[in-house]
Amino acid sequence: MGVAEEVKGELEAKFPKELKSSQVLRPRAIRVRIDRKDLLPLAKHLKAAGFEHCSCISAVDWVTRYESVYHITSWRRNVLVEIVAEIPHDDPVIDSVYAVWHGADYHEREAWDLMGIRYEGHPNLERILLPRDFQYHPLRKDFPQEVDRQYISRRKLGGG
Amino acid sequence: MAEVGAAAEHGDSMWINMGPQHPMTHGLWNLKVRVDGEIVVEALPEIGYLHRGVEKISEVREFHKVIALTDRLCYVSSITWSHAYCLAVEELMGVTDQIPPRARYLRVISNELQRVASHLMWLAAYGPDLGILTGLLWALRDRELFLDLIQAMTGMRMNQNYPRPGGVRNDIPATFERDCTKVVKHFMGKLDEYEDLLGSNKTFHMRTKGVGVISPEEGTEWGVTGPNLRASGVACDLRKLDPYDAYDELSFEQALDKDGDSFARYAVRMEEMRTSCDLVLQALKKLPKGPYRMKAPRRAEGEAYRRTEDSRGEALFYVCGDGSDRPYRVKIRSPIFCTMSAVPTIMRGERVADVISIMGSLDVCVGEMDK
Amino acid sequence: MSDHLIDLYPLCQGLIAFVNDLVGRIMNAVAGGIEGIGIAPPGAGQPLRDQAALMNSPWVIGLIAWLVAIQVMILWGTAINLLVMMWMERKFYSRLQDRVGIKIGLTSMDFLARIPILGGLFTNFVKRPSHLGTGFLQNVADGVKMVQKENLTPAKADAFTFHAAPVLIASSTLLIFAALPFSDGFTIMQSPNPFGILFILAAFSLAPIGILIAGWSSNNKYTLIGGMRSTAMLMSYEIPMILSLIAVVVLMGTLDPFEIVHRQAQPISASISQLSFLGSAGADGAIYFPNWNIFTAFPAFLVFAIAILAEQERIPFDLPEAEAELVEGWLTEYSGMRFGLVFGFKWLRGLAGSGLLVILFLGGWTGPHITLPLPGLSLAFPFQELWFMVKVYLVFMAYVWISWSFPRIRIDQILNIGWKVLIPIALLAIFLSIALRAFGVYQ
Repeated sequence: MGVAEEVKGELEAKFPKELKSSQVLRPRAIRVRIDRKDLLPLAKHLKAAGFEHCSCISAVDWVTRYESVYHITSWRRNVLVEIVAEIPHDDPVIDSVYAVWHGADYHEREAWDLMGIRYEGHPNLERILLPRDFQYHPLRKDFPQEVDRQYISRRKLGGG
Repeated sequence: MAEVGAAAEHGDSMWINMGPQHPMTHGLWNLKVRVDGEIVVEALPEIGYLHRGVEKISEVREFHKVIALTDRLCYVSSITWSHAYCLAVEELMGVTDQIPPRARYLRVISNELQRVASHLMWLAAYGPDLGILTGLLWALRDRELFLDLIQAMTGMRMNQNYPRPGGVRNDIPATFERDCTKVVKHFMGKLDEYEDLLGSNKTFHMRTKGVGVISPEEGTEWGVTGPNLRASGVACDLRKLDPYDAYDELSFEQALDKDGDSFARYAVRMEEMRTSCDLVLQALKKLPKGPYRMKAPRRAEGEAYRRTEDSRGEALFYVCGDGSDRPYRVKIRSPIFCTMSAVPTIMRGERVADVISIMGSLDVCVGEMDK
Repeated sequence: MSDHLIDLYPLCQGLIAFVNDLVGRIMNAVAGGIEGIGIAPPGAGQPLRDQAALMNSPWVIGLIAWLVAIQVMILWGTAINLLVMMWMERKFYSRLQDRVGIKIGLTSMDFLARIPILGGLFTNFVKRPSHLGTGFLQNVADGVKMVQKENLTPAKADAFTFHAAPVLIASSTLLIFAALPFSDGFTIMQSPNPFGILFILAAFSLAPIGILIAGWSSNNKYTLIGGMRSTAMLMSYEIPMILSLIAVVVLMGTLDPFEIVHRQAQPISASISQLSFLGSAGADGAIYFPNWNIFTAFPAFLVFAIAILAEQERIPFDLPEAEAELVEGWLTEYSGMRFGLVFGFKWLRGLAGSGLLVILFLGGWTGPHITLPLPGLSLAFPFQELWFMVKVYLVFMAYVWISWSFPRIRIDQILNIGWKVLIPIALLAIFLSIALRAFGVYQ
């Protein structure tokens, strides 16, 4: 039994109700889907189980919901867990895992900056890539794309 | 230069701005340090000066057109970034097993050549940080050889637009193997010259040993990856742990060091250059014949991630598709972005004169940091 | 029989005497002319004759000759040596960096090649396109560029000291050349000069004041840090310099540069009689091992060489001007010719430092020579000035080599080396010299 199946089995045993679904992606990667309220216990369990490295935290805007996707790695056991936490679209708040992995610091700030998901418990949730006084969250699907906002040159308006 | 009035006096300490216009920060970012005499008390990086909205733009470009954007993420090491993106897209499309073997080996060769060029660029930037301007010219001279090789292989020196979902864009020319072997063997001899100039230089040791130590726990906690973490002793080379392309068929050792200081990071990168040269020679010998590209599907649906060992650390792409021919979401994990979150911890307690040396040894590339 | 080519004062005096004599004759002729023609009453030309007599009086000739001698020395230092040293350094370190280096020279000028007859001398760029010229004119071009730039003064800078600092640095550097002899005759302070070395070192040490006030008066946090670091470094390296000098003076017994050089010209057996197997002074043409202080006071030589490297603010000791952190350090805010003055005088201090090293340790301007039997005058070849410049340039090249192969050392490490490593070695050198003298080994 590969290490991915092992980890999947461990997680299903520990959190039987919380995991909405779990699948093995590759011999060394699994994916689990959870609701946002179960994130912190799962994160703490993973940290204790030897998953020391928070690779990436992504924020995705499916128009009916948000998703905060966590890729957590264990160097020691050489396996990766992808946690997909679903967040309702009208209330984009979720717990911060900064206390569990300090490496989540900049990732959560970026997700707040670009997507607008608030991470409760983050010590310094400020904009990181965009200017401090920028009003919008550009990666959201309701922020217009560059092609939609294409500036029409005077030449084109004049028929040139 | 620094704004003169930017000092906010906190008792005995004052804030110094290193950047955004600074001769030696290798890119556009700002580091505020609070200094008490010569010792840094606090450090706050300010990034985002080079934010170009790559993730947003890639949602309106077709899958293969995004490669022009991912090339320019880290412009010093373009092939590795586009390659990581292509791997993620292939995962999304489900065609990872169908990549032809020749394409996998060609990707290995182009990646390793690009890695050597990127490390040489780091060396060219690091020498003048410490005062060895000779190192700048030697490293750039050798980098020219590799850029010529990459040009022979892909058609461009930088931002090559070479990997594709499904393989690579073109095959290598007939004389490539001969030229590449000659250049790589010549360069491996040149690496000994760098040992003389830098590695065994007493003054270089004085400037880099014991400076900017990252302990393995600290590094893992804050998300540092790549040569910076291998210099602290953590075996985290993704080419070994999570092999992709043809890396599981080639034999090499990951470069490890246990001190975690700037000299260890230097030694790890020099060792990696040697390993890359070795890998190129191995891959050239084993290069199978066949097609160099398969036709990847036009549309894709689902979510997939793929991580690779970029020149600077772990590059992870998380791609979502919604059934159209453009990605729904492309998330880019940049190794330097995460190392930057570790900078306050590293800098605390170091001398101001060492700040530039430490930043140089971490190999900051602002393009990938700011996306 | 003269070993040296130029006797500065006699040369200048002869020149000025000739010129004044000529002018006096013209004046006398004019005076006689206007009296003879009848324009002026007799006796009207007497003031002109008095003037002519005044100009030919010894003290006027002496005064003008002295001023001219100073000008010659300054021009020799700045116009000739500075350009040559900058050119040599740039070419040399370019070769270390695996490139050709600066290439603008007379033989690279296209328009010169079109001169009708002599144009054939200037066509290097045709024969060797990648090498063009020698590169000598590049520094002249840089100087012209700097002259035509605007001299900016920062708004809140202390204007008086901001303008005074480069002048202080430049003038104290030129003061060194008043006492630094280039041969027995090519010098301003003639022999005997009982405190010459002391004067040179004192002039050397004036520059840190200028550097400090330059950094401070620029109203810039970074230049302040640079100026402070520079002063700390320069002051802490003057002590080992002077201590190692004491070691040499104990052996030589004098502070007179001429005496020191002449004592070093003798065979080593004249000082340490146990070493007479290394040759002794005998007939003309005898080869002997010279009494250079680099052999008899080697630790002092090491300390002095490193201290001079630090005084010149060269890499590895150039953290005060470190590009990486402080752009140009204490001279960031200077532009135009003020910058050129300070920047260029770094090379003059290099010349002075190397010159001092050569005089104290490497036998100055003496060396084996043959006498050329020229008709009317007998000249030694290589003459003294040539030997001195060859040795100085070799020492300077060694410094350039070191400079461009090493990283810069951090300020606390610099101060560590200065106080904790060099001073003990210098003290050891002093004890060694005293021991050599006390036990009668060294006479």
